[in-house]
Amino acid sequence: MTAGLLTAREAGLVTCETCALLLRAQAAHNAGHCPRCGGAVESRRERSIERTWALVIAAAICYLPANLLPVMVTSALGKTEPDTIMGGVVFLWSSGSWPLALIVLVASVMIPLGKLLALAYLLLAVQRGWLGDRRQRTRLHRMVELIGRWSMLDVFVDTFTVALVQLSPLMVVKPGPGVVFFALVVVLTMLAAESFDSRLLWDRPLEQGRADGD
Amino acid sequence: MSEDRALRPTGVEVVACHGCDLLQRVPPLAPGDRARCSRCGALVGARSRDPLELPLALVVAALIVLAVANLAPLMELSAVGRHASTTIVGGARQMWLDGQRITASIVAFCAVVAPASYLVCMLAVLLAVRRSMVPAWVGGVLRLAKSMQAWAMLEVMLLGILVALIKIAELAKVHPGMGMLAVGCLVVLFPAIAVTFDADDVWRRIAWAHVDPAPDDHGARRGEATA
Repeated sequence: MTAGLLTAREAGLVTCETCALLLRAQAAHNAGHCPRCGGAVESRRERSIERTWALVIAAAICYLPANLLPVMVTSALGKTEPDTIMGGVVFLWSSGSWPLALIVLVASVMIPLGKLLALAYLLLAVQRGWLGDRRQRTRLHRMVELIGRWSMLDVFVDTFTVALVQLSPLMVVKPGPGVVFFALVVVLTMLAAESFDSRLLWDRPLEQGRADGD
Repeated sequence: MSEDRALRPTGVEVVACHGCDLLQRVPPLAPGDRARCSRCGALVGARSRDPLELPLALVVAALIVLAVANLAPLMELSAVGRHASTTIVGGARQMWLDGQRITASIVAFCAVVAPASYLVCMLAVLLAVRRSMVPAWVGGVLRLAKSMQAWAMLEVMLLGILVALIKIAELAKVHPGMGMLAVGCLVVLFPAIAVTFDADDVWRRIAWAHVDPAPDDHGARRGEATA
């Protein structure tokens, strides 16, 4: 134990994650609801690791069709042309708006992949009890939570392109089957980042049994 | 009870960091100050300069602008004598009609339902905390507002619309509409609400109303977890 540092769990307390009210812990696991805001109060979120893994794996499965299937199908003058996410990036790049191509590339391809890798790394760090810079890892988790929403960008691009380009029979854009997978990747990774309990990074594996003794 | 004393030292608040669970004392903060966890760097306290009036004004403004953003067309397109225009809901509706119901629901939630619920909840909270006896439901409503805030993605939507505009501009003439301007205003108003609003201050007021206050302590943070 580090001298002088005491966590709420070690002190027999739990904190409400919504309103930060400190409460005396009654049971080690199911501590009930916060009397002030009604939110669930848990010393560590129940099954945080399992839930986060499940969401990360589900998102990783959706990631493949999201990138391989077309997100938009353009039909103009009898010709139909499917458009994948990467296709959209290439289109923006070749039409000269490379700053936008870069934004879409970062938001749609790199952020979702980076989130999956970061969450898997954080989960392994907790499960294997990896030593190292835990402050850095907590910051990584905060960053994943903060940045995650931006990968919704492409869903909005597709939605408004589809909504606007309805000039039948001249030119019609329809959503492709990839867009739902893409939206699911974003939602699932956001839920995964939310369900990961960063306090677990700071609990050393040997101490797990200690706090229950009260 | 020594534990009881540890929970309420005079003038100093004890909090458990939500990032790493470390118990620490947060000294009284001056308006505009922020406190970070000494171990993991997460925000453990903040005090804003004008915690009630300014956010209330901003929330009312945002509600009006949100109505405009949803009613006025976002952009109009004209090509070879034909016109088309769309609104935010129109975007989700077209997705729904094209068979992408899940995507349409996600878009509608992130672009309309979540921002609107967030603003309505915040309005209720900010009006209720002005009363001398803060009603007990405020806690639950503020909790709902916080969870809606995470899913309100107006700034992402605005960037998405701009990218779509530039893509379509290759093929046809597009004019940004009034709705676009309104979304632009909302993108500024939402962070402004978040920055000026002081959740800690509101939580403290609810604690006063909800948990019977001991006569001597200042902002008692006491309560028993009920199983």
